[in-house]
This record gives sequence, C-alpha cells and structure tokens, in this order.
Amino acid sequence: MVPTLSVDRLRVSFSHRSGSIEAVDRVSLQIVPAECVGIVGESGSGKTQIFMAAMGLLAGKAQVSGSVRFEGNELLSVDRPTLNRVRGSKLTMIFQDPMTSLTPHLTVGTQLAEVTVTHLGMPWKDARTFAGRMLERVHVPEPKRRLNQYPHELSGGMRQRVMIAMSLLCEPSLVIADEPTTALDMTTQAQIIELLRAVRGEFGMALVLISHDLAVVAGLADRILVMYAGSVVENAIAEELFKHPRHPYTAELLKCMPSVTGPRLDRLPTLAGQPPRPGEILEACPFAPRCSRAADRCRVERPQLEGSSTSQAACHFPLTS
Amino acid sequence: MNNILLRVRDLRVDFGAHAVIRGVSFDLGGGEIVGLVGESGSGKSTLARAILRLLQPVQGSVEFLGVDLLKCSPKVMRAQRRGLQIVFQDPLASLDPRMTVGETIAEPLKIFESGLNASARQRKVGDMLQRVGLSSEMSGRYPHEFSGGQCQRIGIARAMILSPKLLICDEMVSSLDVSIQGQIINLLLDLQEAGMAVLFISHNLAVVRHLSHRVLVMYLGKLVEIAPCDALFASPVHPYTRGLLAAVPHRLPAVGAAAPGAPGDQAVPDLITSGCAFRDRCPYVLPMCETSEPPLDEVAPGHWAACHRSHETLNPLSFES
Repeated sequence: MVPTLSVDRLRVSFSHRSGSIEAVDRVSLQIVPAECVGIVGESGSGKTQIFMAAMGLLAGKAQVSGSVRFEGNELLSVDRPTLNRVRGSKLTMIFQDPMTSLTPHLTVGTQLAEVTVTHLGMPWKDARTFAGRMLERVHVPEPKRRLNQYPHELSGGMRQRVMIAMSLLCEPSLVIADEPTTALDMTTQAQIIELLRAVRGEFGMALVLISHDLAVVAGLADRILVMYAGSVVENAIAEELFKHPRHPYTAELLKCMPSVTGPRLDRLPTLAGQPPRPGEILEACPFAPRCSRAADRCRVERPQLEGSSTSQAACHFPLTS
Repeated sequence: MNNILLRVRDLRVDFGAHAVIRGVSFDLGGGEIVGLVGESGSGKSTLARAILRLLQPVQGSVEFLGVDLLKCSPKVMRAQRRGLQIVFQDPLASLDPRMTVGETIAEPLKIFESGLNASARQRKVGDMLQRVGLSSEMSGRYPHEFSGGQCQRIGIARAMILSPKLLICDEMVSSLDVSIQGQIINLLLDLQEAGMAVLFISHNLAVVRHLSHRVLVMYLGKLVEIAPCDALFASPVHPYTRGLLAAVPHRLPAVGAAAPGAPGDQAVPDLITSGCAFRDRCPYVLPMCETSEPPLDEVAPGHWAACHRSHETLNPLSFES
C-alpha cells in the first residue's frame, strides 16, 4: 500500500543572526489512507512547519532537506504548476483562524466555486450549485443564502464549516487541519470535532489534526505523534498513548492537563524549565535538561524512535507500563 | 460570605443600541477566587471593563470596599484603582514595547508610592520579578525578548506590585501552553493564599474548576447560574451550563468524544425581546420560555440558576439531541 503521506528525514531550518534554527529536525512519519493522525506539541515544536513544507507554504528563507511524498510523488522538489494541481484539491489544509484564511471581499459562494472551477474545470454555475450542496453536507443551515454572504457575516463556527466544505470539494486524499478549533468557543469546538468525525466517515480521506491540546486530538485520532523541539518524541496508537505514555515528556504533558473530572488538586502539576531553542540541542536528547529520568547517556546520544508497532518513543529510558 | 469586597448590582452596559450587559448582580468576598465562564460574545470581558470603569455602564452600581466606583470622582476612582488591578488576555499587546520590563513594573509605584526612591523601587521590582518566577536581572530587557508565558508573568507582576485586594484576570492563560499554564495558575493560588481575591475570566472550564471557589456562568449579557465550584461541576442546573460541561473534550479516548453540548450558535442579543435568551438552543424548552424571562432563583444554598425548570431533576443524558 502506498502511504498517503510519507515524510522522510525532513529538516526545515531558518537562518538567523545567531545561527541556524532547526524548526523541524529529521522528522520521519507516514500516514496511510483513511487514517487520522493527531500531531501534538507546544508552540514552537515544529508541528505546523512539517505540513507547511508539504504544502509548499514555507517562508522563502526556509531551508528544506529530506523528502515529503504524497501518494508516492515527491512534493519538495516539484515545480509550481504540479504542486498547484495537488494542493487545494487532493491535499488540502484547514487553518486555525477561518476569518483570515477566507478572502474578505469575495462571497462564500465565489470562494468555494473557484476551487472546483480551477481544479476540476467545472462551469461557474455548476460549481456554485455544487458548493451549495457541500455546505449542506457540512451542516451549514440555509446553504443557498450563505453562498451570497461574505465571511464577516458568518459566526466563527460557521466560517470554519465553510473552510471544511472548501477542503472537501475535490474529494481529497488528505486533509490537514491545523488547530481547527483553537479560535473557537468550547461549544463550537465540540461541534466542529463532531463534524470532522462525520466527514471522515463520509469522505474516507486521511486526516491530520494538529493541536497543542491533547484533549482535542484524543477523541478523533487513531494515532498520535508528540513533538518536542522539532522532533517526534513519541508515536503511538491513541489509546496506548493515553494509557501508557512511554516518553517522559508525554507523561508530563498528560499530568499537566487539568481535567473537569477527578479530584481537584491543591496545585497543578507543572513542567519546570523551557524547551530548548530549536537547533540548540542536536546531538543529545532535547528533553534531557527537563527530564527527571535523564542520565549521562541522554546528554551525549540522541535517542531514536524505537518500540513496537503500536507505540514508539525516542527515549533511552522509556517508561514501562 | 463575611467580608464583601466587590458588590455589583444590576449592571447594564450598552454599545450604541446593543445591550451587552443586561443586568448583572453578584458579590465577591475578600480572598475569594470567582470564575466567570461563558462563550465569546457573552459579555465577560465587557463586564470586567465595566467594573474597572474602563467603559461607562448605563445603569447599576459597582461597590468596591464600600465605594461606588461608578459614581465616585475621578480622584477617588484613581485611588481605588490601587486595590483593583487587571491582567489582560494578550500579554504582549498589553505591555509597552518601548519600556523595559523594569520600567513597566515600576510605573504603578511611581504613581501610587511616589515617596519611594529609585533604589527602593528597583528592589521592589526585582522582588516581584522573582515572585512571578523571573529573575531580577531581566528588568532591563524589553517585552519582545520574552516568550508569551513570560510576558504574561510580567503583566501579573505589574498588576501585583501594589498588592491589590482584587485581581481581574481576563483569559489570562488562554494563549499559553499547558506546561506554562500550570505555573501561572499556581502563582495565582499562592497570591490568593496571601489574601488577594481574583475574578478569573476564562472559557477553559478545567482551569476554572481547579482554581475557583465559586463560578458565575454568563450567557448573552446575563448571569444564568451562580454556584460553589464543586456544586456547579457535580450538579449543574442551567441547561446552558450543562451544555458547556458536555462540550469539554474528555482526555481518554475510552470515554469517547465530547457530546455536542449546546447545538447552534449564541443568539443575537437584539433579537431577544422577551423570554429566556437560551430558549432557541435549549433541549428542555417549554412554551412559557418564549414569553417569560426566568429569574435567578436560589435552588440550593448559594446555588442560583435562571431557568424555569431549575427545580426539576432533568436527566443530563437527554441533552444529547
């Protein structure tokens, strides 16, 4: 089976006056058809940059090496017209803030229709009808009226539904949702997560869900990748990750999450220290300075992802269940 | 509550023709932490600003230590501000980029404690920086040199330097990663133990639960439920509160995803002319909800809810529509 997305030793770095910053440091991952993969990590951990590289959306001064293959075809070295055929049709992205990712001066109908006109060569009139049907499928009430509205006339949750509709127009193989609910209210967030679950079942595409919030990813992802300082530190089946985290960082993150159930604590657990600057630690474990289990080996030798098919951690001394 | 620090009565704020705060009353005791939750647009931040007289309410009273802040002279108001401080949501935007962190934190001292000489001020600033987990050597740096979490601590240090009686925190931890969020929450708990009261505005219910003694739930400019923290989470009465709680994503996949808590979007305030503002989203709606607005009734000691059915035992599971 050809993986839908295959990332191999991807490096993304930015040059800075104080040297090079490795935003993504030798990341390898695979996403198979119809799979939902959650990518979690704190801000600056590189989770978005991996997929910006895949979409050809990195800043101009970024240096990229390694490989990103989409359905077997390399994306990193591909020419612009070829990339443009893939992105927006078979490989699509939903961003955090639907207000800034929709064009403010075009109606929802025009923006949606443009996708199928461009990628599938649909006549405008048919494209608009098709767009209206897609809005209906993502449970936008009064879809016909919405087509004539501008983004500012819609609520945040409605705008995100429009973005989801847009991402689905050309029956994508992979949708990348980057913090799709972070800008939304709790109740709207629950609705959007439900919608993503429903469209996954209906359209059968693979889904990448990027979030800083493990709880958002928990209900949806089959597999979760935890990122820290530009690299993947744990890759496990979702249930396994929550029950038996193997990387100390994952375990700490889980502990830090306040919950609406269970005992109320006197003080919340915290994780002391700060993540290293990207690129600061290249030949040791990047989590070692904050890790209670760190030994001498962790400070000189970088651990690789190892473990079973259901759970791998990049740790010399992983937690055992 | 034995010593009432803040007494808000029938507070109303209009933005032009729009009623944004539609009659809010509550008390806050000395050393108490009160959570204020609700969706965006419910008026949480406007309420905070109205209490501080950063905008002018059209009606009502805000008594702080027995002084009505809405009626007192600017001179008296200024003196009251010493005991009443706020930390804003966006840490970087609320700091002056051209002032060093030390100057920012020292400014309230220059205004309210003009008797202090420069070296005594500097010492106080250094102590405060250490109290919020930064080092006194950082006082010469500018805001852009700090991370979001560090900027938030600087905002707290500025608010705390005068040892206020009440700190209003407006979505203070929303922009922070989990590991830093815990540190800030714990800092607030330390300050509360030293006698400070907190009005903690947040849409993050898990954080509110860990921190608060009591919780206020706001919907479209009104308080719909007021309860001791444990009672609110264990037995929420108002259907909106139940919806909010149901929308919190659960952390273990085994628990399943959050049920869509409250379907639909918040109504437009101008459209509510009579009856309950939540009725269009409420699964328990009765004909009387269309015509008569439910009053805030005490359903258990210290537990108030504005719902016509607040005295019935409603099955929470039937909420999943």
